[in-house]
Amino acid sequence: MRPGMIQAIEESNDLNSTSNIAALRCSKLTKRYNDVTAVDGIDLEVRNGECFGLLGPNGAGKTTTVEILEGLTPADGGLVEILGQSWGAGNDHMLRQRLGVQLQETQLADKLTVEETVRLFRSFYTRGHSVDEVIGLVELEEKRSARVGKLSGGQKQRLAVACALVSDPDILFLDEPTTGLDPQARLKLWGIVEHFGKSGGTTLLTTHYMEEATRLCDRVAIMDHGKVIALGTPAELIESLEADQIVELTTRGELESSTFERLAGVRAVRKKESVLSLTVSDIGAALPALLGEITRQKAELVSLTTHQATLEDVFVSMTGRMLRDG
Amino acid sequence: MAEAGGEFATTAAAARERGARQTRPEGRLSPLVQLTLCRTREFLREPEAVFWVFIFPMLLACALGIAFRNTAPDKARVAIETSESAAGSQRQGNTLGADETARALNQSSSVAAEVMTSEKAAQALRTGRVDLVVRQSAGGFEYRFDPTRPESRMARLTADDSIQRAMGRTDSVAIKDERVTEPGARYIDFLIPGLIGMNLMGSGMWGLGFAVVQARNRKLLKRLAATPMRRSHYLLSFMFSRLLFLVFEVVAVVVFAWLVFGVAVRGSVINLAIIALIGAMAFAGLGLLVASRPKTIEGVSGLMNLVMLPMWLLSGTFFSSARFPAFLQPLIRALPLTALNDSLRAVINEGAPLSVSATALIILIAWSGVSFMVALRLFRWQ
Repeated sequence: MRPGMIQAIEESNDLNSTSNIAALRCSKLTKRYNDVTAVDGIDLEVRNGECFGLLGPNGAGKTTTVEILEGLTPADGGLVEILGQSWGAGNDHMLRQRLGVQLQETQLADKLTVEETVRLFRSFYTRGHSVDEVIGLVELEEKRSARVGKLSGGQKQRLAVACALVSDPDILFLDEPTTGLDPQARLKLWGIVEHFGKSGGTTLLTTHYMEEATRLCDRVAIMDHGKVIALGTPAELIESLEADQIVELTTRGELESSTFERLAGVRAVRKKESVLSLTVSDIGAALPALLGEITRQKAELVSLTTHQATLEDVFVSMTGRMLRDG
Repeated sequence: MAEAGGEFATTAAAARERGARQTRPEGRLSPLVQLTLCRTREFLREPEAVFWVFIFPMLLACALGIAFRNTAPDKARVAIETSESAAGSQRQGNTLGADETARALNQSSSVAAEVMTSEKAAQALRTGRVDLVVRQSAGGFEYRFDPTRPESRMARLTADDSIQRAMGRTDSVAIKDERVTEPGARYIDFLIPGLIGMNLMGSGMWGLGFAVVQARNRKLLKRLAATPMRRSHYLLSFMFSRLLFLVFEVVAVVVFAWLVFGVAVRGSVINLAIIALIGAMAFAGLGLLVASRPKTIEGVSGLMNLVMLPMWLLSGTFFSSARFPAFLQPLIRALPLTALNDSLRAVINEGAPLSVSATALIILIAWSGVSFMVALRLFRWQ
């Protein structure tokens, strides 16, 4: 049990059902900018201790949603409850003590060193890690005296996360923490987030990397055009495709794609440039049939790959682009 | 939670143990102190800022001090027109020939006279190479000069005096000159307090304005707004870091002016410190106000210049603001830089007590209070 949660638990008068307590909850959340509805009636509940992912393309409303939850942007409508409290009810200061925030676009002061930056952020919180501890957590020990301006992208991002972790928060908000990072830097950041989760912290993460959501998140909400279009564990969402495998193939010679939809075990077909992509529920039945169809169309198979369906495929199917592309 | 299986139980215990240590606040980390420290470091690590705040005023004082150094007063430059009617140098009734006039004038140490044709003389007067043209006329002399040029009026007086003596006028009483050049009345003495005032304005406004707008532009303000940091602490940290630099800024210019130009602080150094402090706060407030909304450096630069340019001109930094017409004076008096410059001059040049500058100091305090309050209201964190 994390110290910050004690109060919330006591308020609930039910010490045995800690897992049912929502760290964060919002309902019918809306936010409009002029004519654009950035957030369009979102209901979310992030459970205590879970890592929750908001998934979606750029402009889906992820950042606006997160900033409303962080108390940085006022909502036009709807309710927000963070650790059982609402913003603007006179407890904002106490609430902020318990949240750790990393914003998508923040550039920390270039002229300060890593240590100075962490020390500054540490000074805002009444409790939390020591400066040394948090620098250790994000593995920036060697860079502690380096100026922020001299850090690599991955190191800067780790420092940003360090500033969010410095209070050992109850809820950690990460807005696209790995966008623009190379795979190695991304792995390192994932490790930090996983470590935080293991110590019992709640994380709300936005990303447009499906792989990141699959690896880190207990549950994800897929967002598009300001709405949540799917919600569940990564496994549930993938299952909802009713597909085991995605088959992608290229051929020499044009293929008529519509005939593939009628094949046994094929649930959907789409064609993008020269690649034919099939969502397949029964690979055993589908593979011989589709090879037969290629031969029937007198085309020559150039390449064929299959992979387990991923959140990427879920996203493509959910946003309707599969139908349009097909 | 605790019964939830091996690994989790251990980590939860670790978290709890850590939690116990966490409750100890790191006492030495006062947010206001940390914010002020960070501000100060950021400033010192910006070489350009250090140049503009510390080096530039000294260079400016040097350049102006040399340009306006007190030398022996320039001679009045007089052109004497060659007379066409009479044959040059012969005395004609109640007048002198051109060469004779020139000789008479050049006897005075404060006149440089030259004979030239009327055409050349007219051109020399027009282009400011001479201050006065002397021409013989029937029964006397004619002076041509521009009365709006002080040096022309001077030249007229000096030349007339020499000519009248040459024509035989005698002094009615004996006059003895005692020449004194006293530090305190020179241009450099006037200039140095003005430079200190201007520098306090510039570094206050630029220092705050740029840093705040840059932090907003880089979304750092938004990030800070997401912490429990008290917003007034952030703004106060700028005020405090200004105080640190204030000491160096003022001391640097005062010591420099004293060593190089012998400009002494006649009044109490404590009074000077109080005035500088109140002045710096006024401009820190104004800087915050100007920086409360703009999102870009370009935007804030324009606003800064809009605010500062009138004060550079009107507030008596390089020349006395008394030169502006009377109807502008109430406005000029109300400007913070005028109030600061006047107070600085009172203490540095005149050695006056603070009470003399009471009105000016109240004006400054009002500026800092009002602009800080308005800035707090207008301030945008994102």
